[in-house]
Amino acid sequence: MTRSYYESNARARIDALLDADSFHEWLPADARVTSPHLATLELPAAFDDGVVIGRGSIAGKQIFIAAQEGGFMGGAVGEVHGAKIVGVLERAVRDHPAAVLLLLETGGVRLQEANAGLIAVSEVMRAILSARAAGVPVIVAIGGQYGCFGGMGIAARCASTIIMSEEGRLGLSGPEVIETARGVEEYDARDRALVWRTVGGKHRYLLGECDVIVPDSMAAFQQAIIASINNGDAWTLAALEQEHEILSERVQRFGKCKDGRDIWRELGWAEPDAIAMLDNDEFVKAAQGRRAK
Amino acid sequence: MTIENLKYRFDNGTPIQGATAIVGVLGSGNLEVMVEPAALGGACEIEVSTAARGFGTIWQAVMKDFFTRHRAGDIRISVNDAGATPAIVSLRLDQAIETFKGQRKT
Amino acid sequence: MPNPTEKIWDHERQRRNRKLSRAAAALGASLRDKVVPADMAVPLLESVIEPGDRVCLEGNNQKQADFLAQALTRVDPARVNKLHMLQSVLALPEHLDLYELGIAEQVDFSFSGPQAARLARMVGKNQIRIGAIHTYLELFSRYFVDLTPHVALVAAQSADAQGNLYTGPNTEDTPAIVEATAFKNGIVIAQVNELVDKVPRVDIPGDWVDFVIPSPQPHYIEPLFTRDPAQISEIQVLMAMMAIKGIYAEYGVQRLNHGIGFDTAAIELLLPTYAASLGLKGRICSHWALNPHPTMIPAIEAGFVKSIHSFGSELGMENYIAARPDVFFTGPDGTMRSNRAFSQAAGHYACDLFIGSTLQIDLAGNSSTATLDRISGFGGAPNMGADAAGRRHASPAWLRAGEQRRTQQPGIPRGRKLVVQMVETFREHMQPAFVAELDAWKLAEFANMPIPPVMIYGDDVTHILTEEGIANLLLCANAEEREQAIRGVAGYTEMGLGRDLRMVENLRDRGVIRRAEDLGIDKRDATRDLLAARSIKDLVRASGGLYQPPVRFRNW
Repeated sequence: MTRSYYESNARARIDALLDADSFHEWLPADARVTSPHLATLELPAAFDDGVVIGRGSIAGKQIFIAAQEGGFMGGAVGEVHGAKIVGVLERAVRDHPAAVLLLLETGGVRLQEANAGLIAVSEVMRAILSARAAGVPVIVAIGGQYGCFGGMGIAARCASTIIMSEEGRLGLSGPEVIETARGVEEYDARDRALVWRTVGGKHRYLLGECDVIVPDSMAAFQQAIIASINNGDAWTLAALEQEHEILSERVQRFGKCKDGRDIWRELGWAEPDAIAMLDNDEFVKAAQGRRAK
Repeated sequence: MTIENLKYRFDNGTPIQGATAIVGVLGSGNLEVMVEPAALGGACEIEVSTAARGFGTIWQAVMKDFFTRHRAGDIRISVNDAGATPAIVSLRLDQAIETFKGQRKT
Repeated sequence: MPNPTEKIWDHERQRRNRKLSRAAAALGASLRDKVVPADMAVPLLESVIEPGDRVCLEGNNQKQADFLAQALTRVDPARVNKLHMLQSVLALPEHLDLYELGIAEQVDFSFSGPQAARLARMVGKNQIRIGAIHTYLELFSRYFVDLTPHVALVAAQSADAQGNLYTGPNTEDTPAIVEATAFKNGIVIAQVNELVDKVPRVDIPGDWVDFVIPSPQPHYIEPLFTRDPAQISEIQVLMAMMAIKGIYAEYGVQRLNHGIGFDTAAIELLLPTYAASLGLKGRICSHWALNPHPTMIPAIEAGFVKSIHSFGSELGMENYIAARPDVFFTGPDGTMRSNRAFSQAAGHYACDLFIGSTLQIDLAGNSSTATLDRISGFGGAPNMGADAAGRRHASPAWLRAGEQRRTQQPGIPRGRKLVVQMVETFREHMQPAFVAELDAWKLAEFANMPIPPVMIYGDDVTHILTEEGIANLLLCANAEEREQAIRGVAGYTEMGLGRDLRMVENLRDRGVIRRAEDLGIDKRDATRDLLAARSIKDLVRASGGLYQPPVRFRNW
């Protein structure tokens, strides 16, 4: 049976994706660099503050990696957690690995750490851009249970490449947050088909925000990561300007759509409801020429 | 929710060789267990930090059975718990020992 | 020649006719054949229900006569009051609103699931009188003895103008209710999702039905039996392995019922993998009394299952069921028919094993799902989780269990049903499953019940299965051994810690208690990788796209 990325925790993902025995952890669990804020609040604190960082290799190429643990406080970013990710990216600017790999699974800022968490997330964004500016591709993988939301959703979009599985979710406000703020009539977070039509992997792929979509298996994520490392990062001013153009076109084209379905229809899918059940290969094939980008 | 800290020490174990291992996740109903080598003269020291207060007797019994099963000495075990049941705790402890023994040093 | 002293034998029929005349007057031209428009539902109910009537309001595990329940809350309490409600399930808020509104005062029911906490509060405030809490078969039986409904309010998928009803996959309790009412001078009113010229099949003949009301919205259906495989833990996988190897294989259980829950869902998902690897395909689990659990799909597809008869249907399973008529009971129209009364009887008399979970077990093996602040009732578990003392036909599993019992209690050769309680020693939030005294005792005192609401009696239970092992109570010689056998699988609960270590080891030597290692099960093999499906999407794939899960269960 294939190993599921979705079901695995951060350490199991690193173990499965990297070359055997190549991982060297920085600030490992036994260093006990834990959250001072959680300790003050007398809340349980994880040994690694919910993120595992280090270096290793994939297909022989040296990479740096940070893997968020969705199971600990929903992968929320606290001060230490954020600083660990920033440290990985800053070290990449110095050491020039073949890529930085971010396995993101997070609801965004850790509320218990308030401003420290907010600042940490903004530092992550800046550090991603610094790494890319230094010529190091930053590859984001999203395929865990908790998705990638909040400020870290923005951070993900700062990366060179986003790889998602269909189960993965990428967005700013999470479904429950939208429902709470705007009412269940506007957005029913329990309608999970709607949630996935709005923030799920397939939708993000069709909108062009996710570059590669893979089935939920470690092997598939690994292959996509290797290919992304090889593709590198063509980051130029022209590319950035083109991206802006695409975004303003997008508002024009889809601004009135109420649902992912409407967008898909607009993209030329005659039967948008059939998309959900297409398996990954069929979907990728059918999506040729029917993506926003 | 405030944390309760519990400490246990079991003497006269058989020293086991291995490298620091961590298993499990500190999430609701789950726990993370770290096993580190420690020169304790054959003893096994266990420190538990748990979000569920008032289960000291049960922890004591679970840890005693764990030590009886493995008789593993010269290790320090640290546990962060978020209300895991004894069945899950025992399972994670066993997994942690397996991983500790099986892991190569990097 | 009329005799002035002749006794009148048709009071009830006369009363029914008076009610029907009142209804005809109230409905006037709005009544066409048997069809009543939705906005006339309240006047209809006010004309046919008299104070003190016994009213059966159909609420099942899945299907709810929700429109009629709402209409009943809107009747004038000055005209309609003191009702004695009969209900399988108290599921909707309206079901309890009736007592606060002064419309109803007594209820006889089976299960109260979602309303259990409010029901307990209302009992505490004397707002409602509970006649008794029944098992399903018991309640249906009383409809034909001393609790025959005067009025039945039921739900159907569709009807024609003559009142023929199509109840379809979720037929559930409708036949039992309607039969008792229609043949004892009662009045039957059905809410239907749609009116059609010709129903796909006649589930209830039109001349048993008095009125049909097209409901503004389709009746509510609860997907009660869908368990997301993603939530099955490795402990549950371990327990499922023990159930399969230590009980199903041991007795050769072919005919069975599973309770609802993740523990039994794990067993279902291990059939095509673990059980198949033990060579058990064809040797266990071929015939079922069971709702169409989505987690059964992999076992069905693997050819484990010959037949399933269901109490009700399950949302999203309709197309899959229709495509597997060899397995499910389907009608000439191609869709399934369920029938709770028959399926409960099947579960009681024709199954060799019942396995289910519970909240609390005491040291005599009595189990209960009642807690102090919730009056949740029984449903059907006790009908299946009881030895069928009336059973006479033999099967290998039944005979083997009977033999084991006779090693301790000599008697004439007869069999025994296997009744298995499967629990983790601690539930969430460290609630122990094993207790010195069931909360049911306190609840009985609080709610003035004549007996504590015990779900499965200890003397019906044959095996208790926990993550620590299996206790075979058939092999216990006396109450003391029984207690130690239960303590011996009660883990780190207070009851488990209080075991007599020597006695427990002795019971283990005798095979009364069997641990995973005694069964040749390596705990390290108990991983989620053994599950034939690890997500709802895997179930959809296994069904070839025929299973269409409700949106709340999706993550795609």
